[in-house]
Amino acid sequence: MEMTGAEMVLEALAREGVEVIFGLPGGANLPIYDTLPKFYPKIRHYLVRHEQGAAHAADAYARVTGKVGVCMATSGPGATNLVTGIANAWMDSVPLVAITGCVIRPLIGRDAFQEADITGITIPITKHNYLVLSANDIPRVIREAFYIARTGRPGPVLIDIPRDVQQERGQFYWPEKVELRGYRPPVYPDPDAVEKAAQLIYESERPLILAGHGVIIAQAFYELRELAERANIPVIATLLGISCFPPDHPLYLGMPGMHGMHWNNLAISEADLLVAIGMRFDDRVTGRLKDFAPKAKVIHVEVDPAEVGKNVRPAVTLLGDARICLQQLNRLVQRRERPDWFARLDELKREYPSTVYPQDTEEILPQYVIDSIYRLSGGDAYFVTGVGQHQMWAAQFFYSKKPNSWITSGGLGTMGFEVPAAVGVQIAKPGELVWAICGDGGFQMTMEELGMVAEYDLPIKFAIINNGHHGMVRQWQSLFYRGNLVASPLKNPDFVKIAEAYGILGLRATRREEVVPVLERALEHQGPVLIDFHVKQHENCFPMVPPGASLQETIGLPKEYVELVRGRQSTEVGR
Amino acid sequence: MSDGRGNSRRFHTIIALVEDRPGVLNRIASKWRQRGFNIESLAVGHSETPGLSRMTLVVDASHDAEQVVKQLDKLIDVVDIRDVSDEDIVAREMALIKVRCDAGNRSHIIEVVDIFRANIIDVSPESVIVEVTGDEGKIDAIFELLRPYGVIEMVRTGRVAMLRGSAASHPPLHEEYDRYPGQETW
Repeated sequence: MEMTGAEMVLEALAREGVEVIFGLPGGANLPIYDTLPKFYPKIRHYLVRHEQGAAHAADAYARVTGKVGVCMATSGPGATNLVTGIANAWMDSVPLVAITGCVIRPLIGRDAFQEADITGITIPITKHNYLVLSANDIPRVIREAFYIARTGRPGPVLIDIPRDVQQERGQFYWPEKVELRGYRPPVYPDPDAVEKAAQLIYESERPLILAGHGVIIAQAFYELRELAERANIPVIATLLGISCFPPDHPLYLGMPGMHGMHWNNLAISEADLLVAIGMRFDDRVTGRLKDFAPKAKVIHVEVDPAEVGKNVRPAVTLLGDARICLQQLNRLVQRRERPDWFARLDELKREYPSTVYPQDTEEILPQYVIDSIYRLSGGDAYFVTGVGQHQMWAAQFFYSKKPNSWITSGGLGTMGFEVPAAVGVQIAKPGELVWAICGDGGFQMTMEELGMVAEYDLPIKFAIINNGHHGMVRQWQSLFYRGNLVASPLKNPDFVKIAEAYGILGLRATRREEVVPVLERALEHQGPVLIDFHVKQHENCFPMVPPGASLQETIGLPKEYVELVRGRQSTEVGR
Repeated sequence: MSDGRGNSRRFHTIIALVEDRPGVLNRIASKWRQRGFNIESLAVGHSETPGLSRMTLVVDASHDAEQVVKQLDKLIDVVDIRDVSDEDIVAREMALIKVRCDAGNRSHIIEVVDIFRANIIDVSPESVIVEVTGDEGKIDAIFELLRPYGVIEMVRTGRVAMLRGSAASHPPLHEEYDRYPGQETW
């Protein structure tokens, strides 16, 4: 079939099942844009206001659909604006295909207008990238790019296509098979290792499951629950693992690590076995590595061979797809009661409460806003966050009955992720309730995407946890830099007016008693809403493992908070 | 030298089978650069399979070289890679050394060249070019002996290495596999 390069791009995307593209046109990708109407409505294009938003929206779309997200930008600044979003997808193992226009072939390498060496720039933050120099290569390259992006440990792939290649005519040939002799992600674990893992699990007295993003990526929700229940092991979920396990399950313990549950950090230090599934022992999880889980053997269920032994040496490794590994393991595991361990965990939960806060304040506590959002949403919504204090509180208080309903920037920690990511989620899940829990700092990094919210009438609920600061920076400055608050206080705009400028309903709450009515109003409103919550400015987020400290050295909640639940059975997790 | 985590460095010999495509060298070099590990030598050329090149790298790295090798193995363009530092290998390097000489001392130089089973591949009234093959120690030794005559320049290929015996690194067959969708409930 003869067609232009631009037609080949869209035909190949359609064959890959792409329905949604987030992008922004420019000189070097206009031939593709010129062809887009021919593929409507099979492929819908959403116009972002900044290319970073395209990458984040496609990233979040991919996370909630399990499909490959697609974003598109022009050459030069368009492509470099994608970089943060691509790096974010890279760090969080999100399948993403970024298609960039490139200057015409005769101009490559000659410092042409809007030229940037984007394939060179993105080498360290992509699984692979392509510079396409002939239209005939386009179908094969796109087929390979999608295969690479979604298989094994998923990640971003970038395809750079010069404008004259988009205009060149060629033969569309769709390869039946992908042939990549250098790419062979593991799938099936070694049966001996599975047997050994089952044995270690049975022998252990104090086991814990550490479940990460890999469980969600492999859609191993059912298998994880089956393992936990069959073998009777409590489950800790990392920041990106949140929503891989029902938060009201009696075996659920919440998040570990820097701002995780205090009891988890202590329990990990006492455990004799960690079953780590689809997680990579990130430094925010382990604290000081040499003191991490000193008594524990580790079973590492992992799809990426380069993660095995990187931070923690496992006793047994199940190298393969998390769901297949768990299915095989579940056939062999046996139940043990372990009453002492569960009693000890209950004691830790009682002694080291981690999500209590005073209810009698006049000021709005950020914890109260976030907790109320979860309570009022009936456990049936998607929650997108930015990065910082609000994100950590949102992780601590997380409650949803939906698997894979928590979308956050973990590895890269990209402030501003929340606005375009919420757009991506709402487009992927029309008719579902989507909350964007935002920081006042991060929101201002990407708030231009309110333009998309308004243009496409996406009924997202934005909650800005406005403490007038880069809150986490302020917290570090107050704890570790003598309270020297340099460049963390923010002179904020009137967020309600900003919402109104876009034709979005803007609401504000400045006193505690206004929080619930405002949230109820927002939930009743059919369209998008932005709520500006003026919260207590100097509230710190605890528990906290100071940077460089071990998990045992976790700083707990302030004494007066702990006193609130002294002697009571904790109902914090599993409410 | 340390890598910042208290690990001492040493030379690692790494052989890789890679796709013969633009950018491969960049991708491989980039991973070592990120960690601040210096590539001491690098030799690349066609392998026995069309479309694939074989590379020998010598890298000054800590034991974290293992981590980098695993990351390199993930690159799409890297078909096979292994650290052979502790394996039974043959390793050779070739050097060309241009030495100043005249009719008076040319025979002395020829004597040195013969002892090392090296060759003289170019002669001019004021210089000779010596070609020598061997391990790094041998090349260092002949260089030291030739230096007093006045070495004008030297170029070395860097180490090329191969496993002894009949063992070889073969590209494994590719098997396409797609994750099948799981249950979206827990």
